[in-house]
Amino acid sequence: MAKPTQPMLDVENLKVRFRTLAGPIEAVRGVSFTLGKEKLGIIGESGSGKTMTGRAVMRLLPKSAEIIADKLQFEDVDLSTATERQMQSVRGRRIGMILQDPKYSLNPVMSVGQQISEMARFHLRVGKREAEERTLAMLEQVHIRDPHRVYRLYPHEVSGGMGQRIMIAMMLVASPSLIIADEPTSALDVSVRGQILELLDEIVVSRGIGLMFISHDLNMVRSFCDRVLIMYAGRIVETIAASELENARHPYTIGLLEALPRIDAPRDRLAVLQRDPSWLEPTR
Amino acid sequence: MTPAICVEHLTVTFGEGMLAFRAVDDVSFSVMPGTAFGLVGESGCGKSTVMGAIAGRLTDWQGKIAIDGEPISGRRTLPQRARVQMVFQDPYGSLHPRHTIERTLLEPLEIHGLDDRDRRIGKVLEQVGLPQRFRYRFPHQLSGGQRQRVAIARALILSPKVMLLDEPTSALDVSVQAEVLNLLKTLQEDQGLTYLLVSHDMAVIAHVCDQIAVMREGRFVELTDKQRLIAGAVENDYTRLLREGV
Ligand SMILES: Nc1ncnc2c1ncn2[C@@H]1O[C@H](COP(=O)(O)OP(=O)(O)OP(=O)(O)O)[C@@H](O)[C@H]1O
Ligand SMILES: Nc1ncnc2c1ncn2[C@@H]1O[C@H](COP(=O)(O)OP(=O)(O)OP(=O)(O)O)[C@@H](O)[C@H]1O
Ligand SMILES: [Mg+2]
Ligand SMILES: [Mg+2]
Repeated sequence: MAKPTQPMLDVENLKVRFRTLAGPIEAVRGVSFTLGKEKLGIIGESGSGKTMTGRAVMRLLPKSAEIIADKLQFEDVDLSTATERQMQSVRGRRIGMILQDPKYSLNPVMSVGQQISEMARFHLRVGKREAEERTLAMLEQVHIRDPHRVYRLYPHEVSGGMGQRIMIAMMLVASPSLIIADEPTSALDVSVRGQILELLDEIVVSRGIGLMFISHDLNMVRSFCDRVLIMYAGRIVETIAASELENARHPYTIGLLEALPRIDAPRDRLAVLQRDPSWLEPTR
Repeated sequence: MTPAICVEHLTVTFGEGMLAFRAVDDVSFSVMPGTAFGLVGESGCGKSTVMGAIAGRLTDWQGKIAIDGEPISGRRTLPQRARVQMVFQDPYGSLHPRHTIERTLLEPLEIHGLDDRDRRIGKVLEQVGLPQRFRYRFPHQLSGGQRQRVAIARALILSPKVMLLDEPTSALDVSVQAEVLNLLKTLQEDQGLTYLLVSHDMAVIAHVCDQIAVMREGRFVELTDKQRLIAGAVENDYTRLLREGV
């Protein structure tokens, strides 16, 4: 496990609330954690607030959302009071995010190569030629076969896994110091996934950055991350060293481990989690 | 017995002339009714393209495709369309952003002239484990996994014979994944559904599929079955790599 370092991100009692016609919805209900130069995994039930936690840090939430926190500090920036203008210099440049819906987040009327190029021109202030060369190198780095062909493709013409890697390439051109990766490899096969994880690992270690890694893949988080937060219904129910995941205590975490299909232990039906209403209460 | 899905010499090319790119190259396979066929392989190897041709999303392909013995072409009749339903890899892109969940589920019922709509919607939401109050939400008010369950519900509501499932559970946490996979198995046993499943998770493939094809650069490099996959008795190195990556 990585040595604890000075946290670059400090989150205390974060809440995210949505105003809807049917009344308020509290998607994140008091989340606290710190993140240093490490790989922090976030797993948890679908709908438990993982994405909203990541987006709150970027202040990338719809207008109907309200962010409340006792503390939301990133390096020297107080994210809870920063102006929209200050946020623009943080987003993308200092905090990079890989979104869960890659294709939806790309501009549909611009080729994927052009989009990465624009990012490079914007963040690195390089000329058109150089931006193009960097883009091709970036596509190669994320293991896209045939970067020249893919450069010209529009988002609807790339496969699911290619879209994910294009998002990763786009995020990496700016060299952020904190990366929030929301399901960055869910559409990748094991061989490409291994290469992308290696690339992320190399960047985290060599550039000394922090990585928030949201994923459903327990096995991957176990082997890739240093620490893991487990979320349930808008709260963190357990924090554990990734290597200790086997010894998780919370019944939700244990239930997750049991629900995994296993190629070495086939069965007719998978174990299903029995949810307990008491899990909704804050843990003491 | 007539296969539920029969694909012969399927070839799909994108672009023309110098820029032509063959995404699927002479692929043939058939799937018996009530069984599940798995497609695995590297990102970009052509899995979604094969599904797109069978689903009728793509119309420009060469070869033969038959569903329940009935050859299909670019244009399909309404009953032909109801028979084959697809769940897409990217749930956000496939749901109409300005339609509530209820409207999303109502639409196929209207197009296909089915009655008893309220009950059908209630039942299908229950089947995929979504609370009834979600009827009035919009896609952007749902998490990724919740959206994927809506997409599965929309496919199920027409009681199809064949379901094409493109990474149906990769956006779900493993407990919901277990519920969805169990549901797929129950539907298969009760209604004799036939599945074509794409997944990067070999444990999911081995759990659901009877036959498995391994694709690489538009072609099949190995055809195997559940027993051989579980036992690790696979021939191709690439198949082994995929299997051992679990
Ligand atoms: N705009 C919105 N209005 C109302 N509720 C919303 C909105 N966006 C999200 N929610 C709700 O907030 C909760 C948390 O959503 P979030 O996207 O953070 O979940 P998640 O943990 O990332 O789940 P998944 O693993 O399925 O992606 C969900 O129950 C979702 O339905
Ligand atoms: N409309 C299109 N125009 C041009 N090329 C396309 C189009 N659709 C797909 N392709 C190309 O065809 C190839 C196969 O894509 P496909 O989406 O079938 O891959 P896949 O096996 O589903 O990959 P993944 O696992 O990443 O989803 C890719 O190289 C892709 O760029
Ligand atoms: Mg999410
Ligand atoms: Mg695909």
